Amino acid sequence: MTDVCIVGIGIHPFGRTEGRSGLEQGVFAVREALSDAGIAWGDVDFAYGASDAAGNPDTMVEQLGLTGAQFINVRNGCAAGGSALFSAQMAIKAGEADIGLAVGFDKHPRGAFDAKPAEYNLPEWYGDAGYMVTTQFFATKIMRYMHLNGISRETLGRVAAKAFRNGAKAPHAWRRDPVPLDVILDAPMVSDPYSKYMFCSPAEGGVALILASEKKARELGKPIVKLKAATMRTRPPGSFEVFAPSIDVERGGSATNIASRDAFEIAGIGPEDIGVAQLQDTEAGAELMHMAENGFVADGEQERYLREGWTEIDGRLPVNTDGGCLACGEPIGASGLRQVYENVVQLRGDGGARQVPGNPKTAYSHVYGAPGVSAVTILER
Amino acid sequence: MQPIASGLFTKDDPPRLIGGRDRATGRIVFPCPPGDGFEAVPLSRTGTLWSYTIQRFRPKSPPYAGPEAFTPWALGYVELPGETIVEARLTDVEFGAIEIGMPLELTQVPLDPDAAESVAIPAFRPEGASA
Repeated sequence: MTDVCIVGIGIHPFGRTEGRSGLEQGVFAVREALSDAGIAWGDVDFAYGASDAAGNPDTMVEQLGLTGAQFINVRNGCAAGGSALFSAQMAIKAGEADIGLAVGFDKHPRGAFDAKPAEYNLPEWYGDAGYMVTTQFFATKIMRYMHLNGISRETLGRVAAKAFRNGAKAPHAWRRDPVPLDVILDAPMVSDPYSKYMFCSPAEGGVALILASEKKARELGKPIVKLKAATMRTRPPGSFEVFAPSIDVERGGSATNIASRDAFEIAGIGPEDIGVAQLQDTEAGAELMHMAENGFVADGEQERYLREGWTEIDGRLPVNTDGGCLACGEPIGASGLRQVYENVVQLRGDGGARQVPGNPKTAYSHVYGAPGVSAVTILER
Repeated sequence: MQPIASGLFTKDDPPRLIGGRDRATGRIVFPCPPGDGFEAVPLSRTGTLWSYTIQRFRPKSPPYAGPEAFTPWALGYVELPGETIVEARLTDVEFGAIEIGMPLELTQVPLDPDAAESVAIPAFRPEGASA
């Protein structure tokens, strides 16, 4: 099996772009990634594309060129982008192809996602009663976690404040203005304990990554960024997921626990070896809980971590260096790939004002989505 | 008040929630899924609050079928010991008085409190609170 390298990256700025469809934002990102890799669309053997609400990714070929390339559509909740990347690297690892594309894009209407019960194997009354609301799940999950692990609401605020500070330094971010901690804490509540600044919003954007076998990557002469591990896992018994009319008394692990454990095992390194991490931060508490679920801290340690600035860009483990979902917004299909894009930028040393100091050698990404799927990647230069 | 769906409550007075016991594993879930894999079981009327939040904005319709006029409401996950943890409205309690671990008992609330004939949804209230 060959190692898989990321040889080209492209992004369409996240946020709101009137007059440009989600698919067009994806095409924009693909053209950037091709140019970054120094190849043409005709060199790409196959593609995996992710979108939840902005059309079938394979129809991009009408704009990219009718080369006959294999193009598979992926739909996997918020983990769709991560799933597309996972699938694409498998094809190269297996020796089926030398150059592949993982692309994700989306464009959502304003307001919260409006999921339908039938799409999640749930009875209609559950939606009628007002429970098909993702924010409820996130709020109840952190409420329990804070209670058990002594996490303060101020720490939630610190996560959001850091996100907006970092987003201000990322050209592709949507929210580019820092927001002070007291404004975050005192803002109108959306779902307790979260105020409006503690949740990300559905948004728009596109990201493309060109993958190549190590041999091909060396031929292209690009800086070598290896995809040491890519895992995608579903949930175990006793997990607590989006849209759950009931949960098991006997508590268990999470999809993230498994995806993370397996990724570290495949990469042959541990959490202490990671130089920069992008963790799913649908809301402020998710970043905290995912720090623990991915093995970077013990439950409850986040209180001290955040107070002492360990997740800042110049901290012990910088987390969500481009502002994460809180600052970038969440276009479902593109979100997981944005994390990997940001990690490649960091490993190449191209982060500008948000560059992690000390030339990080390893980078970690984690995306989580309904109804309980997680995808993890570990990059190494 | 008619329940929001059939198969959620027993005919007892006061009613209990109907869960489903997985015939293969013994795992209990709510509501009872259709099909032969699950056996309907009445659940405990009392439990403790496992977690909660306050819904501060009107959920999107569809699927939400509640009133147009919106008043924030509390919801929680209630642990029915040894059975399962169910999601339901919280009622007869001030938002500020809600605490994880508080003892609760099953009741029902109208989905639309102002309607002449609203459907009823499962809810829990502090144990001993009057209706």
